[in-house]
Amino acid sequence: MENEITQVTDKEISKNIIISARNLNVYYGNFRAVKDVNLDVKKNQVLSLIGPSGCGKSTVLRCFNRMNDLILSAEVGGSILYNGINLYSAEVDATEIRSSIGMVFQKPNPFPKSIYDNVAFGLRINGYQGDMDEAVEKSLKQAALWDEVKDRLKDSGLTLSGGQQQRLCIARTLAIEPDIILMDEPCSALDPIATLAIEELIRELITKYTIIIVTHNMQQAARVSDETAFLMVGEDRAGYLVETGDTQQIFTNPKEERTESYITGRFS
Amino acid sequence: MKKNKDITTRSSVYKRSASSKIEGKAIKWILLACALLSVATTVGIVVSLVVQGWNFFMEVSLWEFLTGTRWSPILKPRAHGVLPLVGGTMLVSIIAILFAAPVGLGAAIYLSEYAADRVRRIVKPVLEILAGVPTIVYGYFALSFVTPSLQKVIPNMIVFNALSAGLVMGIMIMPMISTLSEDAMMSVPRSLRNGAYALGATRLEVASRVVVPAALSGIISSFILAVSRAIGETMLVTIAAGATPRLTANPLESIQTMTAYIVQLSLGEAAFGSLEYNTIFAVGLLLFFITLIMNLIGSLVVNKWRQKYE
Repeated sequence: MENEITQVTDKEISKNIIISARNLNVYYGNFRAVKDVNLDVKKNQVLSLIGPSGCGKSTVLRCFNRMNDLILSAEVGGSILYNGINLYSAEVDATEIRSSIGMVFQKPNPFPKSIYDNVAFGLRINGYQGDMDEAVEKSLKQAALWDEVKDRLKDSGLTLSGGQQQRLCIARTLAIEPDIILMDEPCSALDPIATLAIEELIRELITKYTIIIVTHNMQQAARVSDETAFLMVGEDRAGYLVETGDTQQIFTNPKEERTESYITGRFS
Repeated sequence: MKKNKDITTRSSVYKRSASSKIEGKAIKWILLACALLSVATTVGIVVSLVVQGWNFFMEVSLWEFLTGTRWSPILKPRAHGVLPLVGGTMLVSIIAILFAAPVGLGAAIYLSEYAADRVRRIVKPVLEILAGVPTIVYGYFALSFVTPSLQKVIPNMIVFNALSAGLVMGIMIMPMISTLSEDAMMSVPRSLRNGAYALGATRLEVASRVVVPAALSGIISSFILAVSRAIGETMLVTIAAGATPRLTANPLESIQTMTAYIVQLSLGEAAFGSLEYNTIFAVGLLLFFITLIMNLIGSLVVNKWRQKYE
């Protein structure tokens, strides 16, 4: 693991890249789950990570906010460069990273608290000094949930429907104003209508945020993302990056045959 | 019930023995009997307490019993105010819970949020061993170790006192709190912790603001169960807290708890059926009601705050 702060070159900044993975390797004990991933994410765009089950797309995603730290056996090699800083260097505090790189999970996981407190949670722990009511309202509006919950902010977040809960989790993440939002199959537990609402929301959010989304749903990747990265499982069961590019190009004219086979449904 | 042997066309390979239906019924009755036994025991205890206690309340009014501040059932002038015994029980129990609640909760937080699996696998059984130590051992531990140690700090403390008994009682009920609270905290879904970590929460913030509130019903009910246990505990207080019914809030004094009084009188020579003898049923009845109320509060708390995650 590299310990020194690595400076991003001018070339990368000019390409408007906000975060990038360099030679990323993830091990769970002796098992290598992710092999040599290099990935650049552009600012104010949606990047989707697609690929078959077990290809390590969620593992890669969790590297971007060091959620893998919480898995005892996980070990990350290589670097993630964000604002010119390697997130895996010794002096970086994981809790600080996570307040600028937020995350939305596969299953909605609101806290068993009121809707208001769910949104205020991140603000409180990060020592927010401003007007709490205003910040909560703003975040719920951004997450397109305000109109549905404005009269019941004191109700438990668990009383909401699945789709509303997921938007509450997005509002909770938006409240602390991160730069980047990581989404790990955010619609997999939702019905088609709720899914559509989240997808529309994602498109609205990129004016302010950068989003990396893991999805197993190819249509979703095509609908919401600007760029797509395709991962596969190798012979050694380690996930690796096959290719990355414009979503349009990946879905209509991929460079690699493996990508085309996967997208056209020849294997999954 | 209607015979349904013609419903399926499965081959005779699957034919169940004819006795299996009777067997099923028999098992149901046997299990019902097991359940009824505990109900019957409870009813039996209440009846015996009430019948003997009735004789007591024929001679002493309930009002005098519940509000009197002097307890002297044997020595004249006699008085039957139970408050000094209730006060003694409360004093010891409060000291115990004041010690056990923070320590037990701290241990539970450590075990569920901080400790590595390896550490938890060692520490948890060790804590549970504490719960298995016979209470008489705790009594002598209080009397022969804790009291002399405390006397070095507080010289004018007498040998039999509420403080030592309360502290050791706290040690005794602490594993109950830590084990039950830890179970409650471990059942808080991993996804909630991840949600908090993803917002930049530290380990302490995750524990104190997400896990403990989410497990609150379990934690509070562990406190209540522990207090019930402290109220009903007998040997420890009989040995270490003294035998002086006294209404006091001073933990350095000698007191007597309700349970210790029952032991004292049972060992004495009160004639069966005498007023002295019947006092223990009156005290026992009160003790029964107090623990019953505690348990009711406990289940109310659990029902009110229980979280459903799915």
